[in-house]
Amino acid sequence: MGLKEHLQENRSAIVNQWFETVVGTYQEETRGPLRRQNAPFTNPVGFNTLQGLEGLFEGLLKGMLPSDTSRFLDGIVRIRAVQDFPPSEALQFILQLKTVVRSKLGETAQEPAMAGELVSFESSIDDLALFAFDLYMQCRETIYDIKAKEARSMTFRLLQKAQLITENQE
Amino acid sequence: MAKLPKPEELSKIDLTPPKTDWMDTPVVFKEGMFCHGSKPKSLEIVDFPNPREWRPADADWKLPENWKEILLEGIADRLKKYRSFRLFMDICVRCGACADKCHFFIGTGDPKNMPVLRAELIRSVYRKEFTTAGRIFGKMAGARELTVDVLKEWWYYFYQCTECRRCSVFCPYGIDQAEITMIGRELLNLLGLNIEWIAGPVSNCYMKGNHLGLEPHTIIGNLEYMLDDIETVTGKRIKPTFNRKGAEILFVTPSGDLFADPGTYTAMGYLMLFEELGLDYTWSTYASEGGNFGFFTSNEMAKRLNSKIYAEAKRLGVKWILGGECGHMWRVLSQYMDTWNGPADFLEVPKSPITGTVFENAKSMKMVHVAEFTADLIKNNKLKLDPKRNDHLKVTWHDSCNVARGMGMLEEPRYVLKNVVNNFYEMPEDTIREKTFCCGSGTGLNASEDMDLRMKGGYPRANAVKFVAEHHGVNMLANVCAIDRATLKALMEYWVPSVGVCGLHELVANAMIMTGEKERTTDLRGEPLPSVQAKEEKA
Repeated sequence: MGLKEHLQENRSAIVNQWFETVVGTYQEETRGPLRRQNAPFTNPVGFNTLQGLEGLFEGLLKGMLPSDTSRFLDGIVRIRAVQDFPPSEALQFILQLKTVVRSKLGETAQEPAMAGELVSFESSIDDLALFAFDLYMQCRETIYDIKAKEARSMTFRLLQKAQLITENQE
Repeated sequence: MAKLPKPEELSKIDLTPPKTDWMDTPVVFKEGMFCHGSKPKSLEIVDFPNPREWRPADADWKLPENWKEILLEGIADRLKKYRSFRLFMDICVRCGACADKCHFFIGTGDPKNMPVLRAELIRSVYRKEFTTAGRIFGKMAGARELTVDVLKEWWYYFYQCTECRRCSVFCPYGIDQAEITMIGRELLNLLGLNIEWIAGPVSNCYMKGNHLGLEPHTIIGNLEYMLDDIETVTGKRIKPTFNRKGAEILFVTPSGDLFADPGTYTAMGYLMLFEELGLDYTWSTYASEGGNFGFFTSNEMAKRLNSKIYAEAKRLGVKWILGGECGHMWRVLSQYMDTWNGPADFLEVPKSPITGTVFENAKSMKMVHVAEFTADLIKNNKLKLDPKRNDHLKVTWHDSCNVARGMGMLEEPRYVLKNVVNNFYEMPEDTIREKTFCCGSGTGLNASEDMDLRMKGGYPRANAVKFVAEHHGVNMLANVCAIDRATLKALMEYWVPSVGVCGLHELVANAMIMTGEKERTTDLRGEPLPSVQAKEEKA
C-alpha cells in the first residue's frame, strides 16, 4: 500500500488529530465549545476550522495546488490572523500536519518505499504553509487598509467643507 | 452529564498544572484590542472626576491615591440603587448557558469574554468586600482582592462587551450582562478611565448637541450636499426646514448619518420620503443627535445628554417626535427617556398625519421610530413603490441588537423591506431576530485602533452573511442602525467583500416614485438602475 492509500484509509483519524492540534492552541476553557460540530453559525471558528482542515487534507491527497484549496485555508487563516497569535503560531498548524501524519504512520514511515513518497508529501505541506503566509499577510494588510480608509473617509468631508479640496468643474 | 474526554484527548492529558488560575492571571494588553484612553479635556467639559493624560498600555495609570475607596463606595452605592445589580451579583449558578453565546468569546476564543466570566471579574470583588462568605473563605468562595491588576482587567474586558444582550436570552435567570457592563463602566468612569472614542463624542454632544461636534451651519451645509445629490437623481429640489417653531413633528436622527457614507444615503432617504408626504416637520440643529454615547458612560451622563430632545420639542412647540434609523438610540429613548426627562405632557400622542394611525405604543414617550412610521404608510397604501428599481440588489437583514433584541422591533423593518425590494433572503435562524449577532463594534467600540477586536467580535455576524452571499448571491446587508452602517462596512470588507451595507430608507427612497420626478436613471449612490443597465446592454 502506498502513502496516499495509507493516508486515505486513516483520513478521518488524521484530520481529527490535526483538528485537535489547532484546538490545542486555544485556552483550555475554549476548547470544549470549539469541538461542537453541529453548529456552523454559533460555533463558526470550530466548524470552519474542521471543514477547512478536511478540505486541505483532501487537496493534499489529490495533489491539488494550494491556490485551488484557498477557500478552505481562508476559513482558518482569516480568523487566526486577527486572533491573539503571533504569525508563527497562527500558521504553525499547517506544519504540524507532518507530525500528525508521521505519528499515524508509525514505523511504516521508516520503510524506504514510503520515505520517498513522504518527503514529497511533506514538501507539498511546506508549499501550503508558504501559500498560507501570503494569505495571512493579505489579511493583515486588509486590516491596515480598512483603518486607513476609515480615517480617510472621516476627513474627506471636512477637507471638502474647508474647501481644501474641490472637485474639478466640467 | 459532564462531558467525558475522548480516548485521544485522554492520552494527551498534560499533567502539568496550569500556571495560574484565571483570577491570578493578570491581563495582557494587546494592540488592536483596546481603544485610546479618554483625554482630560473631554472629561473636564462634563465635570467628570480624575481627568488626566493616561495611556492604557502604560504600567502607571496615574490613579488617585484613594482609588480603591472610590470604587468600593461606587459599588456600594449601586448595590443600594439598583436591585438588578444586586441580584446579578448574587444569583448566577455558573451553569455556562451563556458561555459560548457571546460574539466576542466566539471570535476571540478568550475565556474571559465568556459572559459568565466577564461578570465574575466584578463578582469576585463583590464577594470579597460585600459578602460574609467571601470575607471569611476568600478564594475558596470565589472572592478576591481589588488590586490594580484587577482594575486593568475590568477596563480591558468591559470595553470588550457591546452590551448586545445576546447572552441574556440564554440565561435561565435572565441575568443581563449588559447591565453588569454598564455598571462596570460607570465604576471605571469614577476614576476617569473612559475611552476617548466615547468620552470625545460625549463632550461634543454636551457642548454642540451631537457626537461629531457639528455646529448648526455644518449640519445645514452637509444636508445641502445631500439635497444637491437628490436633485441630480430625481430632478427635485427639496427645501427642508431647521429649528422651525410650530412644526407638527420634530425629526431626530443619529448625526453619523449626516456625515459619512453609507449613512448619508439613508439621510437622503428621509429627506425624500418626508418631501413626498408633504410632512410638516423640522430638523433641529441643537437636538441634532439621536444616539447617546452617555449611555456607554453612566446612567447620569446618558440622562444629561438625552434631556435636549424633550427640551427642544418643547421649545419648538411640536406635537410629537419622529426618530431616524438607529439602534441604541431607540433603546435609550424608548426605555429610559420618559422616566429620565419626562413626562412629556406638553406633547400629543403621535398620530400619523398621513394615515391617521395613532401610535398607542408611544403614548407615554411621544416618539415614533421611522421604521414603524413607514411600515404604517405602506400598509395604508400611501406610497407609490417600484421595487424593481432595487432589482440589482439581493438583500439580507441584520437585526440590530438594541432595536431587535432590546425592543422587539422585528417585523416592521422586514415588512418595509419586503415592499421595497424583490430579492430578500434571511440569514440562518440562530443569527437573526432575538438571537441576532452583534456587529462587534457597538457601545462606542467603533474606533479604528481596536480594529482586530472589531473583526473578531463581528465574525459570527459576518459568517452568517457569508452563508447567504454564497448560497443566494446576497450583495447587500440592510439594517436600521447608524453604528451598524458605519462599522459593518469595514466588517464586510474583511470577511465578505462582495457585500455592501445600507440603511432601510435608502432602499425605500430608491423604490419610491416621487410626484413630478424626472425619469430616474441611477440609484442614490449614482449607480445605474437595473432597467437602464439592461437597455445599455441591449444597445
